[in-house]
Amino acid sequence: MIWELDFIILTLVIFSGIAAITVKDLLSAAILFGAYSFMMCLLWAIMGAVDVAFTEATVGAGVSTVFFVAAVFHTTRDSKD
Amino acid sequence: MKTPSGSPIIQVAARGLVPVIQIIGLYVFFHGHYSPGGGFQGGVLLAASILLARLSLGTEVSQLLFPARKTIIFSALGALIFAGTGLAALLAGGHFLNYEFLPLPGLEPAELRNWGILIIESGVTLTVMTSLIAIYDEIIGC
Repeated sequence: MIWELDFIILTLVIFSGIAAITVKDLLSAAILFGAYSFMMCLLWAIMGAVDVAFTEATVGAGVSTVFFVAAVFHTTRDSKD
Repeated sequence: MKTPSGSPIIQVAARGLVPVIQIIGLYVFFHGHYSPGGGFQGGVLLAASILLARLSLGTEVSQLLFPARKTIIFSALGALIFAGTGLAALLAGGHFLNYEFLPLPGLEPAELRNWGILIIESGVTLTVMTSLIAIYDEIIGC
């Protein structure tokens, strides 16, 4: 395990996680959540859990992002209040 | 989404990527005995290829690729394959999902285990793929 790589990826996980819950735009939040999932996938792969990393990459970064985007598609840009 | 994407780059890229993702999904499913992967990940990759077509090529074209009305039927068929294999082993005298007792003639117990795992993995792949497509179709509403 290379600690510099681990440190960079952990920092990106924390930043993308915080950004996903603080950003105002819903589509940006969905894409940031996909980025968070992909960083978690890299972290699993570094730790040697290749099967978990594979599942995280396909389900977390791939399909769930598509579901979030499809849900955002039904919302409108401006709110009344 | 519902209408095809206006950008020709996205259209051409999606049309080229969909068969490649499907080939990789089939590889992950069949090679799951020996490497990371298996029924679940292969099914998710196959579903991701259909979802890419649904997102970029519009409803009309992607419904020809995999119709929305068939998703629940195939999902139930995959669950039936899984449970049916287990019940066949149970009725043939073993425990539930004990592949050694599967009623396939002319195979050693080790070969029976190999084929039994492949059969239930195909059921898992079918169910995961069609369920994810059904969830997307339900969200979009087509």
